[in-house]
Amino acid sequence: MKILVCISNVPDTTAKINFSADNKQFITDGVTFIINPYDEIALARAIELAEANGGTVTAINVGDATTEATIRKALAIGAHDAVRVNAAPRDAYFVASQIAHYASTNGYTLVLCGRESADHNGSSVPVMIAELLDVPSILFAKKLDITGNEATLEREIEGGKEVVTCTLPLVAGASEGMAEPKIPNMRGIMASRTKPLTVVEPIAVDTLSTLEQYEKPLTRSAVKMINPEDVNQLFDLIRTEKKII
Amino acid sequence: MSVLIYAEATQGGFKKSTYEAISYGVALATKLGVDAQAVAIGSIETAALVSLGNYGVKTIHHCVDERVNTFNPIAYASVVAQAAQTAKANVVILSASFSGKGLAPRVAIKLKAALAENVIEMPDTSSGFKIKKGAYSGKAIATVSLQSEVKVISMVPNSYKVVENRQTASVNQLAVAFGANDFNIKVKETIRSNDKVALPDAELVISAGRGMKGPENWGMIEELANTLGAATACSKPVSDAGWRPHSEHVGQTGIAISPNLYIAIGISGAIQHLAGVSSSKVIVVVNKDPEAPFFKAADYGIVGDAFEIVPKLISAAKTFKASQN
Ligand SMILES: Cc1cc2nc3c(=O)[nH]c(=O)nc-3n(C[C@H](O)[C@H](O)[C@H](O)COP(=O)(O)OP(=O)(O)OC[C@H]3O[C@@H](n4cnc5c(N)ncnc54)[C@H](O)[C@@H]3O)c2cc1C
Ligand SMILES: Nc1ncnc2c1ncn2[C@@H]1O[C@H](COP(=O)(O)O)[C@@H](O)[C@H]1O
Repeated sequence: MKILVCISNVPDTTAKINFSADNKQFITDGVTFIINPYDEIALARAIELAEANGGTVTAINVGDATTEATIRKALAIGAHDAVRVNAAPRDAYFVASQIAHYASTNGYTLVLCGRESADHNGSSVPVMIAELLDVPSILFAKKLDITGNEATLEREIEGGKEVVTCTLPLVAGASEGMAEPKIPNMRGIMASRTKPLTVVEPIAVDTLSTLEQYEKPLTRSAVKMINPEDVNQLFDLIRTEKKII
Repeated sequence: MSVLIYAEATQGGFKKSTYEAISYGVALATKLGVDAQAVAIGSIETAALVSLGNYGVKTIHHCVDERVNTFNPIAYASVVAQAAQTAKANVVILSASFSGKGLAPRVAIKLKAALAENVIEMPDTSSGFKIKKGAYSGKAIATVSLQSEVKVISMVPNSYKVVENRQTASVNQLAVAFGANDFNIKVKETIRSNDKVALPDAELVISAGRGMKGPENWGMIEELANTLGAATACSKPVSDAGWRPHSEHVGQTGIAISPNLYIAIGISGAIQHLAGVSSSKVIVVVNKDPEAPFFKAADYGIVGDAFEIVPKLISAAKTFKASQN
């Protein structure tokens, strides 16, 4: 089985988010980039499945050359090889088109993503890849098992969860619970330096949306401290001052 | 031309987030000077269907087929795309719920439409079509310009008010040409949690962290939530330790929520936690440490021991509720 794991390169979760003066660029100075936390879960499960069922794991990223450190980390964790589609991501449709193209021309039967990236938060890329390939997509997948050609997954739904099955090929978006993220060991780190990282050029894709600008959410006014003895007033206060309850 | 709203049904009826999506879609249709129509899927009572007219839609496209009685993103996308074509929709609106997120990107691809996810406001249509959406896990807002002829929008639950606007709605039976692979996903089992209020669209949320010391102390958190009719949530270490289920974990790597009121008890306010809750309209923080970072992100703060403050909050909530009846 050939497994493709989609790795998005995102700011560390503690990073301060700042933008350029024209509000169009995220300022990367002093920001550490990491594998998107959900993608680490997807990668860990891919490695487990390849070990159990036989197969290979390829990590793919759509990004410019600055993402290579993150891709190497995926190799250190255990991906067998990696691909970088050489283009700054424009929108989810652009990214999904690149990955769908690579997956179909190279015969991948399982594509694993995270359920959401920490920068775009769209939860769109996996579902778009699946639609482009005309295969099932299971987003918010908390469990994934493969027997032969059949996948069994558990997915989160409104107010509960569901067990579903489908045949491969499949695109899944990993939620917490699918696997424990793996920490690279020294041998993995050494090996990652010589594992193949292929760079491919992007295919042409229509522009459907463009970024106008970023802004930061409004900051709250100063906190009002309530004397622990006056707690009984809290809800009346919220009602009169904020009118939301 | 029209705005088409996906009227997401749960167990045969509609939730508040569906009415929010409809209210948003109807307001947008008015702004664009076009019709508002809805599409609903699966077995839904006629009374419930027609009640969508109370929020301003005039036509409801309904797809009845026993194969679509459970959520299946592929087949559902075929239905919504078909309805969009029938309604000649230029904008399709969905709620960014678990299933809405699984559906919207497929619909966008089928309609060759630009997709704006996690939308929080009406678009600016004065020149082009510009719309605000969440980015960087709650730490920023992005304005994107949608350039395609058809647009798909998924909106954050609780970000738009339900508005009544009584119309008489007619129901159109929608015949859908399903694709060969549309039913490749089979639902084997559905496990419903017995939470009274589902977290993603709750208006009031009581959340607790490691300051509660252990799972045995959650009784008072649940009592406070029950008294107010709130959902319960928790910080990541609490669900990691198995004190609470993962479905309650809020934050950057958990669920992002934007309730009207978020009460955080014994949670320090780490940046990853704040990422998922900072769009709550009002935040109350209870922490015994006056230096806890969460106070900087709060509207109201109470410094004190949760084991003393929460019982007081419970009795305050009871008095408040009683005063409302
Ligand atoms: C990649 C990554 C992703 C993460 N994602 C998330 C996420 O999505 N959500 C999330 O929540 N965290 C997330 N975290 C973890 C986050 O950094 C914090 O560690 C976590 O939020 C802390 O949880 P806490 O506030 O419950 O615990 P602590 O930080 O231990 O805080 C407990 C608080 O309780 C107070 N307290 C103690 N006793 C009492 C008492 N008796 N009465 C009142 N107050 C008391 C303390 O003063 C303290 O402020 C993530 C971390 C990483 C690295
Ligand atoms: N630029 C990218 N390169 C590779 N995979 C990506 C990229 N962006 C998003 N993904 C994958 O798609 C998932 C969902 O991303 P998003 O749609 O941005 O929320 C991520 O968790 C990744 O697995």
